[in-house]
This record gives sequence, C-alpha cells and structure tokens, in this order.
Amino acid sequence: MNIYEQEKELLDAVAANDGAVIESIYRENFPTIQAFVLKNNGFADDAKDIFQEAMIVLFEKAKLDSFVLTCLIKTYLYSVSRRLWLKKLQRENRHYPGVEMLLETVPVEDEVEAHEKHNEDLTIMERALSKIGEPCKSILEAFYIQKKSMPEIAEAFGYTNADNAKTQKYKCLGRLKKTFFLQYKNGE
Amino acid sequence: MEDNLLLDAIERYRNGEMGPEEKTFFEELRKNNPEVDQLVAEHNFFLGELDKVSDLKAYRQTLGEVESKLINEGVISQKGLNARGKVMFLWNKYRRTIAVAASIAGIVSLTTATVVSMYSEKKNVASITPLVDNKLQKMDQKINQIVSKMNVTSTVVVVPARPKFEADFRATGFLADGKGYLITNAHVVNNARNLIVENQKGEQFYAKAVYADKTTDLAILKIIDTSFHRLSGLPYTFSKSGTELGEHIFTLGYPREEVVYGEGYLSAKSGFSGDTTSYQVSISVNPGNSGGPVVNKNGEIIGIISSKETNADGVVFAIKSKNIYDALKEVMGSDTIKLPVVNTLKGLDRVQQIKKLEDFVYMVKGN
Repeated sequence: MNIYEQEKELLDAVAANDGAVIESIYRENFPTIQAFVLKNNGFADDAKDIFQEAMIVLFEKAKLDSFVLTCLIKTYLYSVSRRLWLKKLQRENRHYPGVEMLLETVPVEDEVEAHEKHNEDLTIMERALSKIGEPCKSILEAFYIQKKSMPEIAEAFGYTNADNAKTQKYKCLGRLKKTFFLQYKNGE
Repeated sequence: MEDNLLLDAIERYRNGEMGPEEKTFFEELRKNNPEVDQLVAEHNFFLGELDKVSDLKAYRQTLGEVESKLINEGVISQKGLNARGKVMFLWNKYRRTIAVAASIAGIVSLTTATVVSMYSEKKNVASITPLVDNKLQKMDQKINQIVSKMNVTSTVVVVPARPKFEADFRATGFLADGKGYLITNAHVVNNARNLIVENQKGEQFYAKAVYADKTTDLAILKIIDTSFHRLSGLPYTFSKSGTELGEHIFTLGYPREEVVYGEGYLSAKSGFSGDTTSYQVSISVNPGNSGGPVVNKNGEIIGIISSKETNADGVVFAIKSKNIYDALKEVMGSDTIKLPVVNTLKGLDRVQQIKKLEDFVYMVKGN
C-alpha cells in the first residue's frame, strides 16, 4: 500500500465520521496550524475555529466520489487553514505579518471558494428550517436529521399513531420544500 | 395525498427499502412520466441537501467531542495559549517600537553595567575571551574610554550582590540527562579552573567535568550547584546509527551571549584528515558554538560541533554521537547517566523544535 492509498483510507474514515481517525488527524495537525495562526496575528480560539473549518473542508472533499487526493492530508489541511486564515484577516482588515511555517502548500483557492458557497447553501436549508416554525421544524429534524422512526416521532410529539404523525410530517415537508426552493432560486 | 404517496415512494426508493417488483414499477413510472421524473429529481436534490445538513451536524459534533477531549488532555491548552496569543499579537503590533526601545535600553544597560563594574572592582572586567570576535573587543574598549571620562564626574556607587564570575571563554553544552549532566567538548573544559553553565533564562550553575577525552574531544559536565533542579522531558534522542550525506541538520549554540540558531547539511562522513569519529558539516558557526548539538530533522542528535577548518569557509567538524555512548560507559562507575529515550521533536516544524530544544542547551563559561 503506498502512502496515498493509506491517506485515502484515512479520508474514507473521515467521510464516515470515524471519531478515532478524526482524533488522530487532530492530534497530528492541530499544533502546526495553531502555531501558524498564533504567529500571524491570531488568538488560540481563532486557531481552533480555523482548524475546524479546514477539517470540514476535508470532510466535504472526502464525501465527493470525484475527489482525488494529490497531496498528503497534512499538506492539504495546512494549505486550507492558511488560505482560510488569510481570507479572514483580509475580510477584517487585519494585518498579516506573513510568517510562514516553511511547509509545502498546494493551491486550494478554488476549493475554499467552493466551500464558502457550499456553506451558504447549507444556511439556506437551515434558514428554511427555522422559518417553517414549530412543531414542523422539530418533526422534520427528528426524521431527516436525527433519523428517528415514525412511531418514535409519534410518541415524542404526542400523536395518537404513526400515520397521524406521517400526515403531519408531509404537511411540514411541503412547507419546507416551498421555502427552501423559493430562497434557493432567489439566491441564484 | 397522491403526492405524499409519491414522496414516500421516492424516499423508500432512495433508502433502498423497496422490493424488486415495486422497484421496477417505480422505475417504469419514472421513465414514462416526465412530470413524476421531475418531481423525483427535485425531491432527491432536496433530500440530498437535508442529508448534507444532517451529516455535517454529526461531523461537527464529532469534531467538538474530539476538541474537548484534547483540551481535557491538555493537548490543546486553552488558557495559556490565549495569553500567549495575545502577547504575540501585541508583539507583532508594537514590534517596531519595541525594537527601538530595546536598542536604546541595550546601549544604556551596556554602559551602566560597565560603570558598575568599574566602580566595584576598579579594573577592567569586560569578559573578553579568545572566543569573542575582535570587533566586540574594540567596541568594549571604546565604551570603557567613554566610561572613564564619565567617572570623573559621576558619583554612583553600586555594590554587586554576588561577586561576578570572570569568564575567560564561552562555549556551548547540552543536557544528556536531566539530573544535570551535560555534553560538551574536551577542549572547552581542559585547563579550566572553574566552570559555570547558564541556561537561556540566565540562571547560572557551577559545574565540574566528570569526563574529558582529548582524542575524541568529548567531555561530560556535571552540575554541582544545589540550586539546580532536576529537569525532565529532554525532547531529543541520540542517534546510534550513521547518517546520510546531504541530510539537513541544525544547531543551537552560544557564539553570542544569546542562543543562536544555525542550519546546514552533512557534507562528509569523516572529519579532518579522514578522522572517522567525526563528520564534516556545512553550517555557519563561530567561536562559542563548540559543544553545541547537531540535530537532524527528526530531532535526533547526530553529533557535537567541535571545530572548523581555519583556511576554509563552511568546513565544520562534528563528533559523531555514537562516541557519546562509549564515553558514557567510562563514566558509569561513579555516575549513572541515562540518555533520553523518548523523542518529542519528531514531526514538529522547526520553530517548535527549537522552542523545545533551547531549554536544554546551555552556555558553558569558565576561567
């Protein structure tokens, strides 16, 4: 197994939300990224946020079947974190001291852009969820996000049977879809 | 209601909950009915977005759990780092001002220090050594001239708390055992009456040589000061095996009164005139670097800086670290020295390696 195959395995584990692998990646990479952020006008909390964001970019990539890893995860995370941090400094009009860690980087500008766009899409869904009101929001979250079964939901929300809950769920789903697609089309 | 049935079907199809017959029927329906097909596509996209929200939520939760676990373990230290981050921030912000202030302070303290010594001992105690370069000596002389002029009118009398140790030379050494054993060169300690080692915080400790071998040019010092507290967590290990040409190396040493970093590469596997107990390295060093550790990128000590060729540039010799093992065997009788076995420098970037390393590299002074 060559090193990229090993990294690919790790990446698959990240996509599957494997806590142990995520932890090992965290342990291995966080200190470098923290050092980079601290040396470049950042606080410890910034380092944590940036690293989490970079881990999310990695996760999104790992989920794509089309994604081919062309460098080590370490290099990828450093490049993404660096880009994210520079963008943040720029956005907030803060000074960038330009301290480099002298580590290899790969171009990730497009990917970071795509990630930001993706983040927006997610907020459309989240915004739509928050707009439809209760109990719709909770019912849909229970079913689609927490993956609870219909009888469970019926009990938790006080419906006499699963079918009643189901009818209610469809009403809510219709509302959510309407709100979501309306915003989605406006957004574009 | 029909719509709901269809949505239900789409979701069951998507989750793979349909039987084969129903599946074929559903696919057939989709193929023959563009309206249904569009609804399926739309709903699929919608569910895909919902799934993303759901997956990301789960993933964020894992990240949060991992983060708080590491904070609990102290791998991510919360408070200390915040403070340091702030200091770094202020430092970056006021770097220029600090630099100006520092250089002014530097000049002032240099002169006051000399004024103090002039008054207390009535003689020139500037610790000029053969290892300090001549420019410094000249500057010192100039300062002394200025100071003697000032002496005529000035009446400040300051009594130093502890008699100042007058060093004749300065070199480098590094801990081999946290109990207070340091490694340096034999030529550093030979003929020395008193030895003092100083860490980068400026704390000084008396030391004595427990081993010195002129042929290998290795010496082992022991800190005999009672104020020295045993240190743990030496971050480096000692390499027993050979190294390869071209391998990148770095060193920390005291060519000045402040620790100085230098880096280079291994240029030959033997030392001066084919001496097989040494390496030739290409690195920028100066008098005072003697006895400094030569570290590879994995944080293993592969040698000890010992000498440089006078008539050539960048030809420096370093004693191979495996000689240390031989030296230790000879010392074993009276003192037991345990070399560190855990390397915590590996995989760190250089800046962090140096940060960890510099606490264990000492200035060796003597007369």
